[in-house]
Amino acid sequence: MLPSTAGMLTPGTELEPKSYRATRLDLVKYCGASGDFNVIHWNERIAKSVGLPDVIAHGMYTMAQAGRYVTELAGGDPGAVEEFRVRFSSMVVVPDDDEGATIEVTGTVAEVRDDGRAVIDVVARQNGTKVLSRARAIIRVP
Amino acid sequence: MALNPDYVGRTFDPSSPYEVTRVKIAEFATAIGEASPLCFDREAAEKAGYPDVIAPPTFAIVISSSGAARVIGDKGLGLNYAMVVHGEQRFEHARPLHAGDVVVTQTTIEVIKPIGKHSSLTTRTVIRTTDGEHICTALNTLVERGE
Repeated sequence: MLPSTAGMLTPGTELEPKSYRATRLDLVKYCGASGDFNVIHWNERIAKSVGLPDVIAHGMYTMAQAGRYVTELAGGDPGAVEEFRVRFSSMVVVPDDDEGATIEVTGTVAEVRDDGRAVIDVVARQNGTKVLSRARAIIRVP
Repeated sequence: MALNPDYVGRTFDPSSPYEVTRVKIAEFATAIGEASPLCFDREAAEKAGYPDVIAPPTFAIVISSSGAARVIGDKGLGLNYAMVVHGEQRFEHARPLHAGDVVVTQTTIEVIKPIGKHSSLTTRTVIRTTDGEHICTALNTLVERGE
């Protein structure tokens, strides 16, 4: 857990980065849980045949990792993430090894409102390339 | 193939009811690595003021994408799904989904526009309980890559 957020959420604050993993197994699990069985998320042969470098993560898997990041800022309450939006700016490539891909998530406090809500701008990167941009969450601060 | 601009503003029939269950919430939370007890432990969720375990914020995609699938599948729209990538996604939650919710979705096509040789399609899917309580609005932008 991040430290209690109430005190550190002031506009302009850059929040501690966190890393999240995406392995082939994670994608297979996400296929089953989400019902999105698009072959580009689990079949390297077909992914490459349609011009992709390798199997890629579901955009929604990556968004879900950013969702974990903002949930933690909201005191670990997923119900406190009231609004959440992202733009998928690049794909997350997931190699066939035990490490998988690393998604690095950072956040900046954009605004703190009088009603106890905070607006968090989020960026996610893989190997320095932005995979989520224009990402923003409105959370109730614990 | 360009998307049919006549579809802008079209609202599709509501989906059949979807029941949110504890098992599905736990499966989804596990798949994304979310370990919050509020997604797994009913007592913990009740202690936090919720009626039952709650879903992570992106769980709504499981429900909203079934509504979007009917749009994508509409032959008259002219979308080539093999060329589609996810462009943007947005959720506005009035409250979190919880186990026991029975919800229906209704999808409207908001925007169809060209972006260079690509086309983008934005749909708005509203998730309500069968009693009519608004829970979530999901905005989904798909980009169809042009050749």
